[in-house]
Amino acid sequence: MNGFEWFIPVILTVITAATPLVFAGIGELVTEKSGVLNLGIEGMMIVGAVAAFITATLTGNYLLAVVVAALSGAFMAFLFGILTLSLMANQVATGLALTLFGIGLSALIGQDFVGEPVQAIAKLNIGGLSDLPVIGPILFGQDPLVYLSFLMVFLVSWFLFKTKAGLILRAVGDSHDAAHSIGYSVIGIRYAAVMFGGAMSGIGGAYLSLAYTPMWAENMTAGRGWIALALIVFATWKPGLVLVGAYMFGGITILQLHAQAAGLDIPSQILSMLPYLATIVVLVVISKDESRIRKHAPACIGKIFHPAA
Amino acid sequence: MKLKMIASMLGTAAVAGTMLVSGVASAEEKVGFVYVGPVGDHGWTYRHDLGRQAVEKALGDKVKTTFVESVKEGPDSERVIRQLAADGHKIIYTTSFGFMNPTLKVAKQFPNVKFEHATGYKRGENVSTYSARFYEGRYVVGKIAGKMTKTNIIGYVGSFPIPEVIRGINAVALAAKSVNPNIQIKVTWVNTWYDPGKEGDAAKALIDQGADIILQHTDSPAPLQVAESRGVWAVGQASDMGHFAPKAQLTAIIDNWDGYYVERTKAALDGTWKSQDIWGGFKSGMVQLAPYNSAIPADVVKLAEETRAAITDGSLKPFAGPFNKQDGSEAVAAGSELDDGVLLGMDWYVEGVQGKLPK
Repeated sequence: MNGFEWFIPVILTVITAATPLVFAGIGELVTEKSGVLNLGIEGMMIVGAVAAFITATLTGNYLLAVVVAALSGAFMAFLFGILTLSLMANQVATGLALTLFGIGLSALIGQDFVGEPVQAIAKLNIGGLSDLPVIGPILFGQDPLVYLSFLMVFLVSWFLFKTKAGLILRAVGDSHDAAHSIGYSVIGIRYAAVMFGGAMSGIGGAYLSLAYTPMWAENMTAGRGWIALALIVFATWKPGLVLVGAYMFGGITILQLHAQAAGLDIPSQILSMLPYLATIVVLVVISKDESRIRKHAPACIGKIFHPAA
Repeated sequence: MKLKMIASMLGTAAVAGTMLVSGVASAEEKVGFVYVGPVGDHGWTYRHDLGRQAVEKALGDKVKTTFVESVKEGPDSERVIRQLAADGHKIIYTTSFGFMNPTLKVAKQFPNVKFEHATGYKRGENVSTYSARFYEGRYVVGKIAGKMTKTNIIGYVGSFPIPEVIRGINAVALAAKSVNPNIQIKVTWVNTWYDPGKEGDAAKALIDQGADIILQHTDSPAPLQVAESRGVWAVGQASDMGHFAPKAQLTAIIDNWDGYYVERTKAALDGTWKSQDIWGGFKSGMVQLAPYNSAIPADVVKLAEETRAAITDGSLKPFAGPFNKQDGSEAVAAGSELDDGVLLGMDWYVEGVQGKLPK
C-alpha cells in the first residue's frame, strides 16, 4: 500500500526484543548510580520470569503476576544487599553467585510448570487509534508493559536528575564517605537502589515469560541479563541512552534474522555477531572520550562502604 | 531418587557451580548423563531425560542415575564428564554433538568407564556413538508441508550449520518438492540450540517473509507458539509440543531413547557392552511422529502414513536420486542413493533451499 507495510512487523518484533532489556537496564542503572555493581541481573530476571509465570497460571491475574515478579526480583536483590552491603562481601563474586542461584532456584520452583503454556498478556486496543495504518499498531497496540518500560525510563531520568532524592542517590554513588559525613544513610539508600534494580529485573523477566514467549522454560533469559549490564556502560549511565541502546541491540538482532530469511548473502555467524560487535565498537568509541565516562560513571561503583572509616 | 546437579555456564565468567552429591556406596551402579540444555526444555534434553527415567524404572535399584544439565559444549563439558567418570560412574551418556572431543579425551583417561556419545562420529574402545535418523521423520514432515502450504514458502529455524541439521533441511526440501515443485525453503540460523526468545524472533521473521509453515531444529517450543499466534502451521521438535500450539502443530518428530538407554545400560552392567555405532530410525522406534493435526486432509494423512511405512520397511530411501544440489549440479543420479558416509558429512543444500549455507 505505502511501502512501509513490511516495516511494521519488524518494528513490532524489535519492541518485544528490546523491552526486557530496557527494564533490566534501567533498574541496574539506578543500582549502579548508587555505587553498587550487581552482576546478578540474569538471576533476578529469571526468578521474576518464573514468579510471574506461576502467578499468572494459578490466578490468571496479570497485574498481580507483574507485581509478584517485581517483588521476587526485589527479594533476590535484598539477599544481594544483605551480603554485600551489610556483610560487605565482594560485589562481583556475590553478583555472579546470585545469577547461578537464580537460575537454579527458578528451575526448582518452576519444575511443575514446564510445558504449560499461558495466554500472552493482552495488548492494548483503543478503538480507532489502534487500527490506524502504520502508527496504530506501533504506538497504540502494545501490551501495557511496553508503555511501562518507557514510563520507567522517563521516571528514572526525572528522579535522578530533577529531584533532591536523586541527587542524594548520585552523591552516595560518587562519594559515599562524603555522603555519609553529611548524614545520609549510605547503606539504606543503597538497599533501596539495589532493590529497585531487582524489581525492574523481575519485571523484565515477567515480560519474557508473559509476553515475549508466553511460557516457562528453564534458563529462558538466555544471557539477556548480561546484555543489559553492557548496555549501561554503552549508555554511559544515562537513562535515555539505555533506551536507545536496548532498541539498537534489539533492532540489529531482529534485522539480521530478517536479512537471513530474505536470503542475504552474508554468513549468519557474522550477522549473529553484529549486535555484540556494535556494542564493543560503541564502547571503544566512547571510551576514547574520557570525560564522558568520568562525568557519568559513579565514582564509587563496586567499592565497599565501611561506615567506620 | 532425584539427584539434581546444575552446571550453569556464564557468558562472561567461566564460573560454574557444580554440586556433586555422591550416593552411599552400595550394590547399585552409577549411570551418568550430560545434557546440553535444561531438562525442562521440553525438547531434546527433555527426551533424553525421559530415557534416563526409563533406565531407572527398568533397572530399579540396580542403578543410580545422575545428570548434569545445561552443560556448555566445548572445554567446560570436559570438566563435567571427567568429574562423573572420576566419581565412579559405570557408563556415561553425553548427549550433544559438541561433547564429542571432550568425551573421547576423558574416555582415554578412564578405560574402564563406558561412554556413549550422541550424534558424533568419533568412537573408541570404550566410546560408542548413537544417533537417530531424524531425517526420516523430516521427510514425512516435508511431504505434509509441501501439501499444506499456501504460500509455497517453508520457514526453517536452524541452530548450527552442522551435517545433522543440514540433512534435516535437505530431507524436507526433497520431500516437499516431490509433492509441490514450486516450494521454497527459507532458513534462518540462530546459532544457538536454546534461546526461546531468539527462536521465536526467527520464526516471526520467517513468517513476515511469507512462510506459512515453520519447521525448527532448535529445542524450545517458542517457534510453535509464534506459529500458533500468527495462524500458520508448525511442526514440533524432539517431543510432542502440541499443547503449546494445539491449532498450529501439524505433527511432531519425537526422539525416543528409552529402549536404547535401557539396553545399553544393561549391557554395561552385565559386561556385554561393546563399542558400536547405532543410527536408528522409524524401524528401531528411535524416531516417532506425534498424532497428526485433525486439520490435515485425509489424503495428506494417507500420503504421510504411506511414506512413513515405506521408509520403515526400507522401500523408500529419502536420499535416493535423482536430485540436484542447490547450484543445479547433480547430487545423485537416478537409481542410486547417498550412503551414510555422505549423509553424516553433508555440508551442502539441495535444490529448493534458499540462501547460502554458512561455512
